[in-house]
Amino acid sequence: MTDHIRAETLKLVRRPATWALLAIALTLSVTFTYLIPYAGYAGGTGGPRADRGLDALLPDRLVGNSIGGLPVFLGSLMLILGVLSAGGEYAWGTWKTVLTQDPARLRVYAAKLVTVCLAALAGVVAVFAAGAPASLIIALTEDRAADWPGVTDLATGVGAGWLIAAMWTVLGTLLGIALRGVALPVGLGLVWLLAVQNLLALIAAPLLDWVARAQQGLPGPNAGSLVAALGAGADTPGVQAVVGGGQAAAVVAAYLLVFAALGGALLRRRDIL
Amino acid sequence: MGRMTAPVETRRLTKRFGTATAVDSLDLTVRAGEVYGFLGPNGAGKTTTLRMLLGLVRPTSGEVRLFGLPPGRLDGVGALIEGPAFYPYLSGRDNLRVTAHHAGVPAARVAAVLDQVELTGRARDRYATYSLGMKQRLGVAAALLKDPRLVVLDEPTNGLDPAGMADMRLLVRRLGAAGCTVLLSSHLMTEVQELCDRVGILAGGRLVAESTVAELRGDRTLRLVATPLDAAAARARALLGTDAVRVTDGGLDLAVAPDRAAEVNAALVGAGIAVSELRTEERSLEQAFFALTGGNTDD
Repeated sequence: MTDHIRAETLKLVRRPATWALLAIALTLSVTFTYLIPYAGYAGGTGGPRADRGLDALLPDRLVGNSIGGLPVFLGSLMLILGVLSAGGEYAWGTWKTVLTQDPARLRVYAAKLVTVCLAALAGVVAVFAAGAPASLIIALTEDRAADWPGVTDLATGVGAGWLIAAMWTVLGTLLGIALRGVALPVGLGLVWLLAVQNLLALIAAPLLDWVARAQQGLPGPNAGSLVAALGAGADTPGVQAVVGGGQAAAVVAAYLLVFAALGGALLRRRDIL
Repeated sequence: MGRMTAPVETRRLTKRFGTATAVDSLDLTVRAGEVYGFLGPNGAGKTTTLRMLLGLVRPTSGEVRLFGLPPGRLDGVGALIEGPAFYPYLSGRDNLRVTAHHAGVPAARVAAVLDQVELTGRARDRYATYSLGMKQRLGVAAALLKDPRLVVLDEPTNGLDPAGMADMRLLVRRLGAAGCTVLLSSHLMTEVQELCDRVGILAGGRLVAESTVAELRGDRTLRLVATPLDAAAARARALLGTDAVRVTDGGLDLAVAPDRAAEVNAALVGAGIAVSELRTEERSLEQAFFALTGGNTDD
């Protein structure tokens, strides 16, 4: 198992797409969480976060600000990472190379999951690490106190962020295996995350009670509820407290396990052609 | 079924994809230390069979054993199936490092197999920049990582230039000489004829022949062209027996050992028959292959 994790880590770390996704995640996170809202505040132009003002950009809001993007846009990038990890093996035909070395498919798959989940953790920590100096610079610039969240809050935030990131990453892995490639799983995954989730939340749920109830069981709204419980701004896309934080964490964890199990079952059962 | 310990053994191995039967009740045995040629036209089921041997494709029914074990274990087995497949953004060396990790073999083997396939000089280059022949050699290197007792090679000379093909043949010979069992699938008859101890011919998913190359090619015979042909046929029948002589394409096929050529020649010349051609004839493996698979020999 350790050898397989080494192999998967080497593949992931040396892959340019991994670093491109990380760079995009950090850029988007800092730009839309700090730079644009601060520019709006400084210019007095208003906007989505204008009502929260400067307080929303300060270090004590680091947890909510860092994980607020995970239900939608950071989640999308995590999903792409998962698809690339598993779907790339189909696209390049490398499953046969791997599985003729060790035919224990579930062992190889478990190593892949461990690796992408560790990558998801690294991604979440990197978002926190990028947000911290951004919020500190804003606090210093505006001559405000730099009060940081407590260690427990930070750990809870990183843990919750990792749980959501891992869920999307493993969903990407499942889609890559189910659809045996990269392009279609990325396309379908993004349509779900960026379009269908929003349509359900903004159009269908207000009109239909059963859709509103169903939202309480879907992965996106639960991810949104979890980050909302930890202080993410409600004006961030996908952040809405449809259920409590505890329930949301349990549902997200359940999805993570179900996605992982489904991916393993498919990989184990199907022929590698 | 009895205990199976041969490097490769299948019993009634069958694979169906929907209503199409790709491999039909295949009984195959590859003995320890031999180079076994696996021949068959496109779509005969060769690659599906190899994939079943390696656990990549699950049989619909039947049984596979490698060294007596089910294909869930591939200890001591190396394979190159249907062309090499690696990560294009990694170097050749890093691709082999990844493969070595998956195989659970020491990283030191990477340098050894790179050297074996003569890729050390380009090992640091990205796989995406490799020529087809270099990719093929890297695939063979991966197959050798486990220092295997059984190597399964599916069309290993595909994409190689003549020098590369010669190198690959040398490699297969060396593997065989070192006691490694080689299962070689190829559509190149000369390659199989030159390298293999035994040959299995697959057609329509079934094993239609399995024998040594020499047995498949059959006995060598004599070909005779003489004038007048009728008189030559009568004299030859009197000498060799009626069944041994066939008139074909303006000449005679004589089903006798080539060492009787001088005797035949003397008898015909002595009877006043002008012999213009007398030569030994041997059926090629290709002719045997087409005879068994129902193909033609025109191309």
